[in-house]
Amino acid sequence: MTGTNTKTLLDPLFESNPIALQVLGICSALAVTTKLETALVMCLAVISVLALSNLSISLLRHFIPSNVRIIVQLTIIASLVIMTDQVLKAYVYEISKQLSVFVGLIITNCIIMGRAEAFAMQHGPLDSLLDGIGNGLGYSVVLMATAFLRELLAQGTVFGVVVLPMVHDGGWYYPNGLLGLSAGAFFIIGLFIWALRCWKIDQVEQEG
Amino acid sequence: MQHNALYTILFSAAVCVVCAVLVSSAAVSLKEDQLRNAAEDKQRNVLYAAGLASPDERLSTEDLERRFEQIRSIVIDLQTGESTGINPTEFDQKKASKDPQTSREAPANRASVKRLPHRALVYEVTEGGEPSMAVVPIEGYGLWSTLYGFLAVGSDGNTVRGITYYQHGETPGLGGEVDNPKWKALWPGRKVYDEEGGLAIKVIKGTAGPPEQSPHEVDGLTGATITGNGVTAMLDFWLGEAGFRTYLEKFKEGQTQ
Repeated sequence: MTGTNTKTLLDPLFESNPIALQVLGICSALAVTTKLETALVMCLAVISVLALSNLSISLLRHFIPSNVRIIVQLTIIASLVIMTDQVLKAYVYEISKQLSVFVGLIITNCIIMGRAEAFAMQHGPLDSLLDGIGNGLGYSVVLMATAFLRELLAQGTVFGVVVLPMVHDGGWYYPNGLLGLSAGAFFIIGLFIWALRCWKIDQVEQEG
Repeated sequence: MQHNALYTILFSAAVCVVCAVLVSSAAVSLKEDQLRNAAEDKQRNVLYAAGLASPDERLSTEDLERRFEQIRSIVIDLQTGESTGINPTEFDQKKASKDPQTSREAPANRASVKRLPHRALVYEVTEGGEPSMAVVPIEGYGLWSTLYGFLAVGSDGNTVRGITYYQHGETPGLGGEVDNPKWKALWPGRKVYDEEGGLAIKVIKGTAGPPEQSPHEVDGLTGATITGNGVTAMLDFWLGEAGFRTYLEKFKEGQTQ
């Protein structure tokens, strides 16, 4: 793998994180992060849809008529999402039930459309595939970190394993109800963005 | 890239056809697995409510089948409480509740149940040759969402044997604790109706004693008063006259066998 390839793959993790810097895909990040298990499945679904949509759109980029390109991209993305949803329903039914509409809503996740339009339409298949995986991973980093904190502080568990025994189970931990709610995820994502921008100062937007 | 109109139309049509073929082949090839999953999920939850399996167990298809040998699913008529003879595998209660042919407007209730089906799917468990409990579906609104679950009632038509919720969108850690095994363990032994036959079971604020001491009351969930009230309201509705009361009386007398 060349240096540029690695950069395409790894930059979206922290340098240009889709959630933290591009501020895309926030809605699902709030909805599916109450538990690590659901967040993990959601991340895998997004990574695969993003990688495959970037790849197929990049392969077709010279043939897509520019006046209908957005519709064509959406058709491809929507088909991939429906197929992913079907696979989840067939193989991880329990989790797909908890994810409910949010898998379907990957269609409207701006990260996917954003990467198709901003990257895959101009770059080759390999680069686009890597960009898709990279951005999926960038999304996953934020999701998993948020889900970890939310599950731990709101339910006292990590991947369903009790870490902080809760008071009403005879333990000592008073759960933080706010983090169980979507609003709690806003705080965590906000703190994540703040921490990231303290580390990488060039991500701070200029004022005025 | 500029193309003429014909190219654009043909290209779009081709993309649509390819995508449609991919989507429909995925849907068709996975359909069997999905239907089996949905059916097994329901079976599993009936077993949880009846206390015949615990959510910690991994149940294979064979395990489920074996444990379901002692369970009979029947479609009953809510008004008469009698079996209708309809094949349970062909009955979908959610669908029946929406169809004006097979449902009616629900009488006023606090559980926000809008439509009441004429018929319902119940499960009768036999242990040692004797009918030991009936598992009935319950649903109603909590704080954010409709909770769907099952309640198991003993052969006296009164004693709760277990409760479980298989679908809800309550706050995790608060109302979502209706899933908590410790809370569910508080239910067995409580009585639905009091001595005069009035509906008495409810979720209270604070702590209730063991079943012998407070037969009709169950501890509330901390920070989830409204979900608790929702649980009370749905039991009130589904175990009342409009719900399964008639059926449970028949079941007690062994008339549904």
